[in-house]
Amino acid sequence: MPRLVSHPDEVKIVSRRFGMGATSIDRYLELGGYEPVKKCLAQGPEWIIEEIKASGLRGRGGAGFSTGMKWSFVPKQSAKPKYILVNGDESEPGTCKDHLIFLHDPHAVIEGTIIAGLAVGAKMGFIYLRGEYRYLLEIMERAVADAYERGFLGSKIFGSEAEFQIVTQTGAGAYEVGEESALMESLEGKRGIPRIKPPFPAVVGLYGGPTVINNAETIATVPHIIAMGAAAYAALGTPRNGGTRLFCISGHVERPGVYELPLGYNLKKMIYEVAGGIPDGHKLKAVVPGGSSTPVLLPEEIDIGMDFDQVGKAGSMLGSGGVVVIDDHTCMVEFALRIISFYAHESCGWCIPCREGTDWLKKSLTRFHAGFGSLSDIDNIQYLAENMLGRTFCPLGDAAAMPTIAFVKKFRKEFEDHLNGKPCPYAREGVPQLTVV
Amino acid sequence: MPEVTFTVDGKKLRAPAGTLLIDACRKAGIEIPAFCYYPGLSLQAACRMCVVRQEKVPKLQTACTTTVAEGQVFITESPEIAQARKATIQLLLGNHPLDCPVCDAGGECELQDMTFKYGAGESLYAEAKHHRDEQQWSPAVFYDRPRCILCYRCVRMCGEGMDVWALGVSGRGADSLIVPNQPNQLDCEQCGMCIDVCPVGALTSGSYRYKTRPWEMTHVSTVCTHCADGCTVTLGVRQTSDGSEIVRADNRDKNGINGDFLCAKGRFGFDFVESPDRLRQPLVRSNGRLEPASWEHAIRLAASKLKEIRDTRGGAAIGVIGSNRTTNEENYLLQKFARTVLHTNNIDHERSTDYAALARALAGQSGKTASLRDIASACAILLIGGNPTDEHPLLAWLLRTNVRLNRARLYIANAKPIKLTRQAKDALKIKSGDYNDLPASLDAGRSAFAKAIRAEGSLLVIFGEEMRGEAVEKLVAWGVKRGNVRFACLGDHSNSRGAADMGLLPDLLPGYVPVAAPGAFSEYPNLPATPGKSLPQMIEAAGKGELGALLVVGADPVATRKLDPTLFNSTFLVVQDLFLTETAALADVVFPAASLYEKSGTVTNTFGDLQLLRKGADRAGVKPDFEILVRLAGGIIDDIKTLVPFGQRGVTGDLGQSRGAQAGEADRHAIWLEANGLEPKLSPFDPLAILDEIERLVPGYPLDRINLFAGNDVHTKLSSPGYVPVAELAGSGLIAPAHDTLFTSGRLGRWSEALKQLAQHQAKELVETAAD
Repeated sequence: MPRLVSHPDEVKIVSRRFGMGATSIDRYLELGGYEPVKKCLAQGPEWIIEEIKASGLRGRGGAGFSTGMKWSFVPKQSAKPKYILVNGDESEPGTCKDHLIFLHDPHAVIEGTIIAGLAVGAKMGFIYLRGEYRYLLEIMERAVADAYERGFLGSKIFGSEAEFQIVTQTGAGAYEVGEESALMESLEGKRGIPRIKPPFPAVVGLYGGPTVINNAETIATVPHIIAMGAAAYAALGTPRNGGTRLFCISGHVERPGVYELPLGYNLKKMIYEVAGGIPDGHKLKAVVPGGSSTPVLLPEEIDIGMDFDQVGKAGSMLGSGGVVVIDDHTCMVEFALRIISFYAHESCGWCIPCREGTDWLKKSLTRFHAGFGSLSDIDNIQYLAENMLGRTFCPLGDAAAMPTIAFVKKFRKEFEDHLNGKPCPYAREGVPQLTVV
Repeated sequence: MPEVTFTVDGKKLRAPAGTLLIDACRKAGIEIPAFCYYPGLSLQAACRMCVVRQEKVPKLQTACTTTVAEGQVFITESPEIAQARKATIQLLLGNHPLDCPVCDAGGECELQDMTFKYGAGESLYAEAKHHRDEQQWSPAVFYDRPRCILCYRCVRMCGEGMDVWALGVSGRGADSLIVPNQPNQLDCEQCGMCIDVCPVGALTSGSYRYKTRPWEMTHVSTVCTHCADGCTVTLGVRQTSDGSEIVRADNRDKNGINGDFLCAKGRFGFDFVESPDRLRQPLVRSNGRLEPASWEHAIRLAASKLKEIRDTRGGAAIGVIGSNRTTNEENYLLQKFARTVLHTNNIDHERSTDYAALARALAGQSGKTASLRDIASACAILLIGGNPTDEHPLLAWLLRTNVRLNRARLYIANAKPIKLTRQAKDALKIKSGDYNDLPASLDAGRSAFAKAIRAEGSLLVIFGEEMRGEAVEKLVAWGVKRGNVRFACLGDHSNSRGAADMGLLPDLLPGYVPVAAPGAFSEYPNLPATPGKSLPQMIEAAGKGELGALLVVGADPVATRKLDPTLFNSTFLVVQDLFLTETAALADVVFPAASLYEKSGTVTNTFGDLQLLRKGADRAGVKPDFEILVRLAGGIIDDIKTLVPFGQRGVTGDLGQSRGAQAGEADRHAIWLEANGLEPKLSPFDPLAILDEIERLVPGYPLDRINLFAGNDVHTKLSSPGYVPVAELAGSGLIAPAHDTLFTSGRLGRWSEALKQLAQHQAKELVETAAD
């Protein structure tokens, strides 16, 4: 079981029950679980949606769309069944928060799903786990079975007239399926390829029915908001960025791990105080603020609050909350190669710019890093990435292009240092170099 | 949908709200490039070539998924857009083998065209391209994997269009590949539609690959010679030392009655024309053996013998059997030849369905027949009997497409389960194969099927050979009483309908006019007034030694009816055919005939749609049946003009096409003759010389010449004058349908190596599937 970390600055909301044995339904109930859903049953759908809107909760998957707004888009009347789909296909490199929720607090996901169902009038929820999280499925399924046994799921939940069913499902190992429409295709048993939008899932989604798709962390936060009140939750963050979120700090820091901090928490402080700074007396070279697809920030750019708006203003994105810290012993060309290799491997191949673009970027960077590059390659890499940006069928192409452009623009000198057949000048004895798969 | 106004490149356009921008632009003549978009197939937005700029939208939008709404403003060409398209092409070319000099698609390639337009000349990459070996999926389809740009047109055409679903995608990212759903081979209908829609040279045709370059061929649009649907097929023709050969057949122009469609037979079954077994010179029996002879000798021999028998034993001692694959002009000429030159009504052909009964049942009605085009747009269709997927691939395509795109309601009444049931709203199983009671059960039945049929406002009824004679009469009476019903009758071969329409029948003249009451045909000299012998009666007479001579044009009764070879021992047998068929092998004189791809004229498909044939190939030694008949007649009668009215005024209406003027160009020679007060002359061998007479005498054949010669289909009107009740027609017991499969074509398919290979491939597939 991964080591849990802690820091006094943390405000534990979603992670409140981590490490407290809440996988047991009795323990979960002891810790106040399933009270919020009862409150929701009493208050009705309009109240739930207003409460979530007022909390300022924004999607924790990366795009940061208002959860309350998303729920309100679902039509009240629908000929086809409505669905809640929990996106637990957590695959963005640098991101490892949802797996802790499934591991420590599966009932929070179930409870949040029921509340979402009550809010939009859905009777069916799906919890979709990343293929590589198969080992968490057992925990999740146990929790679902327990909830059914207690009458929290089924045809008359909590003794009310309301019905709600939950089905769990794992993927087969595709990052692309984290994109919401590809997720629906995968869940329907098809190739994991995104759908054309519009129509949006809130109108035509899973099996053609209106569907709410929320990130697992978003859903797990919902019961807490109901319990503590929207205003109290919103007050924890910055304006328009309500509450806390799980930041996954990895890379060259003393104490890597998942920390729950209020939105707007200073990034520099996060690295140097919460995570304990850079080890071995090395210096900070760069920070990836929100998962591998977000453009890299330079040390002089990190004195910012970590919320959707401030990181956006700094030219990057808050994304999935995966903060990757890079020290001065890292080769940025190799880092770029590592990231683009991931996207080349994960591109579904549907559209030309992403399928061919990621592949050529990977090939060019591989050659370039090995010392066989030329000056024009640097411009070509940037040209290629710039011509992928905004041209692809789904955001995966942007996710590959955005960081690449940032690497070339911000670390052009490091690229130039690889020219003329020189071996990588950043390779240091004793420092493990990232290897390309 | 209400019309909306929007702006494209500064031009105001109008289209119904919700129209796809790419369609609206194409209609207005603004071309938006696209690889993955294909009209009528599901949207992909995968190739990103159709990106356009929409006002107030931050990113470039794909025109193939953008629907138009009031007041929108678009830009479809700008430096930004050209750069986006160029970058996409650069990416594609990165892995493309660029083997254009040897690629089948070179010169007909959308990737070439786009590269030419947007430029992507400089190569940005130094790495090796992906290479994968080429695969053969079936005798018909090869897949050159590196050339593939993954537009998924083939996958969708096979699945959505053909309802076969033999293709899919495997792998992901740059490893994505189009794959057959069976390991490495195609278990499908071999239609070749995947090859047709492939924008590059990834999917190539087994019969055409590496044969020639597109620009070395002349492309001739004509009508397919196989089933009775009458698809336009474009022949790629190349000059040879002894004429010109057909190198490929496809649906290059997509401008025919068949739209996007062409089946395996149309696409691959043309090779019988090039068969080494083709007859190349006349044969004459001497000392019991067929020996090569000159045309002059063979014609003189056949003509003098026919004349002798006519003059000594009378016309009743001569029989004529016509073809289902010769042109209307040839069929008309053949029956006129039989009746006016040989003085006999002993004329028939191998009937595959009861057109005569439909004509008689519809006597006095008008507008009750459905053209093939009506099937593409009808709201409700009742299909009785048959299996169009095999026997009428185009009809099956149109039914599927109409159901898929327009939500047409298809009702199927059949004794057997057929594949089209998958598209049917409801299906009725006909018990014990007896279709006769169907109209009554539809009227009175309490089944959901009968109720649904009764509830339909209008109905298009398609029936096959299962309904004959009085059954057809009952069905038509039911339909006429019900109102708002149109009919179509399914026969087997490319001009089965034309053979019946042109009077290759012992009791009916062209247009189903009874010989007993010939009406306008009274102008025929020597027309016998009593019905002649049907095909079985002629055979019977031959067996009894009562048939002095038999002229067989493009038919093989010895094979189809498994006749005793000694049957014609006392009959002078003359055969016109492409091959030495079993009947021809018994003949006294055999004339090598041109195929339908080697002549011009018109044919009528089973729906009554008249279409123009254009001469594609040419072969030294053979002659069209029209010319053979005229030359035979020349040896029997003195004034050939009584048979073929050549050289008369009025025939200039063919716009000079028959004399080599280019399409759309006036016949300057005819104009010069006219201006100088000279009479324009046609050769007696020009089949179009008889078109005026057909138009003048045959009911239901008023020819819309401008449309016809422009290559469009013209729906004929089945309007028999209706003198004889259906029950008195000789026909219904004489029908012998071929029941062709996807890879057979009556007696003709035997001579196509390609179709034989496809049939073998399918048989192998079936064995393997059974073994699984």
